[in-house]
Amino acid sequence: MSRLALELPGLSLKNPVMPASGCFGFGREFSQLFDLSKLGSIMIKATTEEPRYGNATPRVAETPGGMLNAIGLQNPGLEKVIANELEWLKQFDVPIIANVAGSQTEDYVEVAKEISKVENVHALELNISCPNVKTGGIAFGTIPETAKELTKRVKEVSEVPVYVKLSPNVTSIVEMAKAIEDGGADGITMINTLIGMRIDLKTGKPVLSNRTGGLSGPAVKPVAVRMVYEVSQQTNLPIIGMGGISTVEDIIEFALAGADAFAVGTANFVNPFVCPELIEELDRYLEQHNVDHISELKGRSWK
Amino acid sequence: MIQKELMAVVSQSEIAKNIFEMTLTGTLVDQIDEPGKFVHLKAGEEMMPLLRRPISIARVEPEKQEFTMIYRVEGAGTSALSRKRAGDLVDVLGPLGHGFPVEEAAAGQTALLIGGGIGVPPLYELSRRLNAKGVQTIHVLGFQNQEAAFYTEQFAALGETYVATVDGSLGEQGFVTDVVNRRGIKADIFYSCGPTVMLKAVEQLYAAPHGYISLEERMGCGIGACFACVCHPAEDETGTAYLKICSDGPVFKAGEVAL
Repeated sequence: MSRLALELPGLSLKNPVMPASGCFGFGREFSQLFDLSKLGSIMIKATTEEPRYGNATPRVAETPGGMLNAIGLQNPGLEKVIANELEWLKQFDVPIIANVAGSQTEDYVEVAKEISKVENVHALELNISCPNVKTGGIAFGTIPETAKELTKRVKEVSEVPVYVKLSPNVTSIVEMAKAIEDGGADGITMINTLIGMRIDLKTGKPVLSNRTGGLSGPAVKPVAVRMVYEVSQQTNLPIIGMGGISTVEDIIEFALAGADAFAVGTANFVNPFVCPELIEELDRYLEQHNVDHISELKGRSWK
Repeated sequence: MIQKELMAVVSQSEIAKNIFEMTLTGTLVDQIDEPGKFVHLKAGEEMMPLLRRPISIARVEPEKQEFTMIYRVEGAGTSALSRKRAGDLVDVLGPLGHGFPVEEAAAGQTALLIGGGIGVPPLYELSRRLNAKGVQTIHVLGFQNQEAAFYTEQFAALGETYVATVDGSLGEQGFVTDVVNRRGIKADIFYSCGPTVMLKAVEQLYAAPHGYISLEERMGCGIGACFACVCHPAEDETGTAYLKICSDGPVFKAGEVAL
């Protein structure tokens, strides 16, 4: 029996490793490097109803052990994502998690309704935590009641299970998790980036044109692990954990904290082969440590 | 095919102020089919800097499985790279992007190659390939000053070469475009790489009926996934269209990108 295969709401995963939204585009670039069917799932780039160019460059800045990004939800829009990207992805044997974003409730509802009808979309990831857009995004992810209401509205129209992507930029992430659980969410993905800034010493101005950006990479891992640890004890929802995962040890740490599955973000930019490498290494690690199935490790740190 | 390989350093030396020339060897060289493509590399496994650095390819020696790159030390990443010695390993991802179309110039024609600063290196391999197929090349190379200049003799060995420096300490005083205008240089095609302001001026030269430019930009992944290095196409009615410099470029047809 596979040590890695996993059932989550809407998702029959060959393994629990998947690229995180915004760090893998729609998979085309990586398909030149390895067979996308090896992946547990693919969380595709956030899709909005209308095409978006995003913010001006510079949009990325490096930091110790991490990076700041302020892309601003650049994407070709719902219609093209369905017609071109999701259609193209059908050639691979991999369930897609569609990241849904918008400026107002109606946008989210419209995108969710249409994109959830596509046959290879097996779940939605509600993006209420993007820190790089003026309206929408994180605005929905910092007030529990607002997040709950949006989750409810999206659940009413979605044909597939809905996961909500939580922001770490809140006073109590447990409260947010409970709110979206009340709203009917089927799962949680966490964490999105932490809001940060870098200032150029020569110009005296922020490096990013958007001024602030989302911090990701190994630097945020301890924050993510702590939050998964807290949330997993307070809700019954499955958790896809992420935040700085780049090694198999990181995956084990997230499992022990309480995550069911694992998303890899920034590490894809450093090593585009990281996901298939981690899948192989995880299997070997579990075998060497006499673990029959990855789920045995879930929440061991607090159980 | 894009490969990721730990390549061995064959040699490294500082050829101008803060400008390093490094030659690497490995099987990845077999994949470099076009001048103007680039590699994305990481000097070590440390977490600062975390990301790779995009560097252009200056010369390819397929039979030796070697390629040479020339880069300027700017920050932590290139500084770590500059400390590598012969025999050390460098993590290389590449070759990436779309390069200069050599096939656009026919034997017997003249190509004008205009480079500025650290945009000069990819033009060297381009010039070698053009000359190899019988295209005559004219080189106009711009540098900040004499200290920062490099490869002027190597270019001169391939064709007519003019140098411009901002302070006049080497060659002619002024910008590359001043040299082209002053001398009334004309060609069948132009190829250019350098800072965006220079490329913009080069596009307005009309020294050749058509040409290609190579853009520089801060990059994240280098393969088109992170959307860090996007630019606007010149013709875009909706304002939402985009081109990725790393994967759609870095070489574009002159006039294709809004500079």
